[in-house]
Amino acid sequence: MNAALEWIKAYVPDLECTDQEFMDKMTLSGTKCEGYERMDKNLEKIVIGQITKIEKHPDADKLIICQVNIGTEEIQIVTGAPNVKVGDKVPVVLDGGKVAGGHDGGPLPEDGITIKAGKLRGVPSNGMMCSIEELGSDRDMYPEAPEYGIYIFPEDAEVGADAVAALGLHNTKFEFEVTSNRVDCYSVIGIAREAAATFDKPFVLPDVTVKENDEKVEDYISVEVQDQDLCPRYCARVCTNIKIGPSPEWMQRRLASSGIRPINNLVDITNYVMEEYGQPMHAYDLSTVSGKKIVVKRAKDGDQFVTLDGQTRNLDHDVLMICDAEKEIGIAGIMGGDNSKITDEVTTVLFEAATFNGPNIRKSAKRIGLRSDASGKFEKGLDPRNAEDAINRACQLIQELGCGDVVSGMVDVKAPLKELVRLPFMPEKYNNLLGTDVSREEMLEIFKKIEVAYDEKTNELICPSFRQDLLGQADIAEEVARFYGYDKIPMTLPSGEATTGKLPYKLRIEEKAREIAVFSGFSQGMCYSFESPKVFDKLLLPEDDELRKAIKIANPLGEDFSIMRTTSLNGMLTSLATNYNRRNKDVKLFEMANVYIAKELPLTELPDERMQMTLGMYGDGDFFTMKGVVEEFFDAVGMTRKKEYDPKAGKPFLHPGRQANIVYDGVVLGYLGEVHPLVLENYNIGTRAYVAVLDMPAIVPFTTFDRKYEGIAKFPAVGRDLSMVVPHDVLVGQIESVLAQRGGKILEHYELFDIYEGEQVKKGYKSVAYSLSFRAKDRTLEEADINAALKKILNGLEQLGIELRQ
Amino acid sequence: MKEKLAQIKAEAIKQIENSRTLEQLNEVRVSQLGKKGALTEILKGMKDVAPEDRPKVGQLVNETRAEIEKVLEDSRKKMEELVREAKMQKETIDVTLPAKKAKVGHVHPNFNVLDEVERIFIGMGYEVVEGPEVERDYYNFEALNIPADHPAKDEQDTFYINGDLLLRTQTSSTQVHEMETGKMPIRMIAPGRVFRADEVDATHSPSFHQVEGLVIDKHITFADLKGTLAEFAKELFGEDTKVKFRPHHFPFTEPSAEMDVTCFKCGGSGCRFCKGEGWIEILGCGMVHPHVLEMSHIDPEEYTGFAFGVGLERITLLKYEIDDMRLLYENDIRFLKQF
Repeated sequence: MNAALEWIKAYVPDLECTDQEFMDKMTLSGTKCEGYERMDKNLEKIVIGQITKIEKHPDADKLIICQVNIGTEEIQIVTGAPNVKVGDKVPVVLDGGKVAGGHDGGPLPEDGITIKAGKLRGVPSNGMMCSIEELGSDRDMYPEAPEYGIYIFPEDAEVGADAVAALGLHNTKFEFEVTSNRVDCYSVIGIAREAAATFDKPFVLPDVTVKENDEKVEDYISVEVQDQDLCPRYCARVCTNIKIGPSPEWMQRRLASSGIRPINNLVDITNYVMEEYGQPMHAYDLSTVSGKKIVVKRAKDGDQFVTLDGQTRNLDHDVLMICDAEKEIGIAGIMGGDNSKITDEVTTVLFEAATFNGPNIRKSAKRIGLRSDASGKFEKGLDPRNAEDAINRACQLIQELGCGDVVSGMVDVKAPLKELVRLPFMPEKYNNLLGTDVSREEMLEIFKKIEVAYDEKTNELICPSFRQDLLGQADIAEEVARFYGYDKIPMTLPSGEATTGKLPYKLRIEEKAREIAVFSGFSQGMCYSFESPKVFDKLLLPEDDELRKAIKIANPLGEDFSIMRTTSLNGMLTSLATNYNRRNKDVKLFEMANVYIAKELPLTELPDERMQMTLGMYGDGDFFTMKGVVEEFFDAVGMTRKKEYDPKAGKPFLHPGRQANIVYDGVVLGYLGEVHPLVLENYNIGTRAYVAVLDMPAIVPFTTFDRKYEGIAKFPAVGRDLSMVVPHDVLVGQIESVLAQRGGKILEHYELFDIYEGEQVKKGYKSVAYSLSFRAKDRTLEEADINAALKKILNGLEQLGIELRQ
Repeated sequence: MKEKLAQIKAEAIKQIENSRTLEQLNEVRVSQLGKKGALTEILKGMKDVAPEDRPKVGQLVNETRAEIEKVLEDSRKKMEELVREAKMQKETIDVTLPAKKAKVGHVHPNFNVLDEVERIFIGMGYEVVEGPEVERDYYNFEALNIPADHPAKDEQDTFYINGDLLLRTQTSSTQVHEMETGKMPIRMIAPGRVFRADEVDATHSPSFHQVEGLVIDKHITFADLKGTLAEFAKELFGEDTKVKFRPHHFPFTEPSAEMDVTCFKCGGSGCRFCKGEGWIEILGCGMVHPHVLEMSHIDPEEYTGFAFGVGLERITLLKYEIDDMRLLYENDIRFLKQF
């Protein structure tokens, strides 16, 4: 909502403040002001001058030398403008003054353009005559300005007077952000009412009295509203003897200050009233309305209608139409019809000021694909009482501005108006909610300013109809807070029962996982929750794969964002690819975020949102780097039992020989592996990459932060190395299982220190070497203890076809 | 005898002084004090000395021995020191050579901020709770006083799965779940992902994060809301941070406000960063609307509360002066390494 200070002051005549004060105080009282722009910015030393003499420039064909009377003296100005003649009154910027822009109407320079006396082709020139563009405006807002050349004032302009004032440019445009509950503030009157309350100045509404002729409106028009649920009020008035012409200067200036282009008196009046009252109006040429009748009803499915912009619109049963006895003549609240539009030949005008169902207008405008200024206001749900004030104001202006005559009476079809909201006045309650100590009297003063009446007999507050947002005591408390001042409300901390701050266990585990990943060199990324269904093909998932059962978004931003992800891999691989394409070396990333698994499709209940810890990497490191991070994490959350890796993970997107499910206590908690070469190709990653995915909800039950101290060993450890010849297919994991199971309590630790396959080892075998460390807690081990344990181990290894190396 | 001993001593000291290495010094020790040394020779010749003179000679020999040993020892210490110094001198390193770092990773800036926010509120007695990202209409809208026809429900803002299920547009939905547990008092924050149908650009993303806060108890006031958020702002942006509350409108709070903080770059005097205003808008907040309490079966006559919602990305972008939101989702390692 834009409004200029000059217009606002029309209703708050005593308002005195700087622009900055106005902006700050309005914002603090709830009418947020986003900014302001002085319309006379960079316009300095500009007066009205009258040309008294024009001579040709001796040395330039396109220049003329003008003598200009500026009231106090006569100055000489050389100009190239083609449109001036002796006697013209023009804006003149004097030596040392400033204009806002160039005559080409291009972007305005921040500091304007300073004009200095000088010589043009040898002839002294002591100022400049200005075009409307040089004054920072344009022909849209000043339609009387010539297309090319100097702006010419009307004959009655006062020579020597301030030209900027004469153009109405000593004014400031404010831009307000009006919240959706304050429909009344989408109008200059609404903003002015807030300003009056904010600055504690009297608020003066326009005096609306309509001089009517002795004809009766009923003789001109009747109105039938068939769907009153969509049109709670329809007011119609008629004006005759319409004479189309320009609107008066003051009206043009005000419209221009709101960014509305003046057109002619009739259009300007409807626009003016829309801005002033926030009530859109529509004017029909009554001669185009058949049967002297207006019918408000729903369109039929499949109907088509040409709006006044010449476009054909497709209608349906939920679109409300304004019709005459025979045909549709407008889409209610959105745009009038081409068939009833006003032309310069109009003689009799039908004014419509109605209120429509806001949500219906909003939805209709969206379906039709036509959002107009009017629909933008109607969709907020206007106050039906305002319609009557607005239509009367329009008729008053028609008559006062000599645009036509007003036929007596108004056709008014309406549902019973809602009664005004009455609420018990409860000052203590407001103070209790706000934490303030505002006196009852102070509150009543505030209510008076915002036109909330107080009924002493019943101790009730009566909310005005334009304040549709005041419905309950909390709303009243907010009014008290606004005008008492949010800044004056004290700052305290909640009293009452103390509570314990907590991070839930699940989040503590996730935090630990993130910590370990970061310590292990992985940086945290963030990916989108939605993706394209095409990712399943990129990941080589078979047609019937469970992961393809993704939740679809009904109204996605596009295919790329159309399903909720069922795997976090695509996000990770995309991130790795981004880094690879940008030639970043040695990239290690992780992400902690949800995947969304539908229990059934189509979705009826909430999906299973599973937190995934996803690690991805290329460059420095390999499969076992990933494995290391997984195990560091498990150890950190107390999962100290043996972690197992099942190479038969069956992940089509991973290298078949380099993948494993991560198994703990017999439960699969995730997987890791090298990315399949074809998948790498699909993502344009030109190097080996590795991923690990941990399913956090599966992991959490195994975790604990409990620790028990076990005592530091007092007796010496005894080391033994085992050098083995192992059949090729036997996994190191199998050897370790034997060690763990058969080593007994005294086997404290074992560690792989060599693995080799090649010439010195017989074919089909590999050489594997472990160092074992034995220790007892309560004694020094004897040779016999160790030999007994070793024997058991060797028996176990033999069963795997393993021989000791000689 | 005395002279002989003096001679031996002089010879020993001369040899000691001539020694250049610990080995040479050791040779001196062996040659002078060892089994075949001059002093030992004298002791061996003791049998030729008159018995009454023996103790005196013995004492003299021992004294001489002690003196030589002392000189030897002093010399050894000195030489060892020289050797040590020389060794360390040789071992001098170029301390400006590159560090050997553990190559730790980096926390995403957004989660840096989140961790900070959580830390602050946990310290004030708040519990961190989570809610579903795919949510029912009721929790995202209706129970928050956003009726069926509210423009916020328009498809252009909300991603729908079907008529009832949608991607939550605000973490406020978690408020409702928490209130429904019926446990009082409530002091919670709910961080999480939210979704709005905005095309990706420098300032918009179809998914971003919010942190919702909710306090419900007897006698909670708007003043408490102001005090709590002022503390939060000081903790997050620095002790000198000032706050400003402006009236605003949200369907689920009444009265409602937006909170600005003094610009963390210029401290409030106005700069390019805050567009000359000195203030930066940080969050929306307000007193929980009585309808919202009622719908979750909390008696608004007995309980009041306040709620607030912070856009995490907004704070992240401001705090780290990141000029394009897309950077947060690209995961370029050169970006992430800066945090």
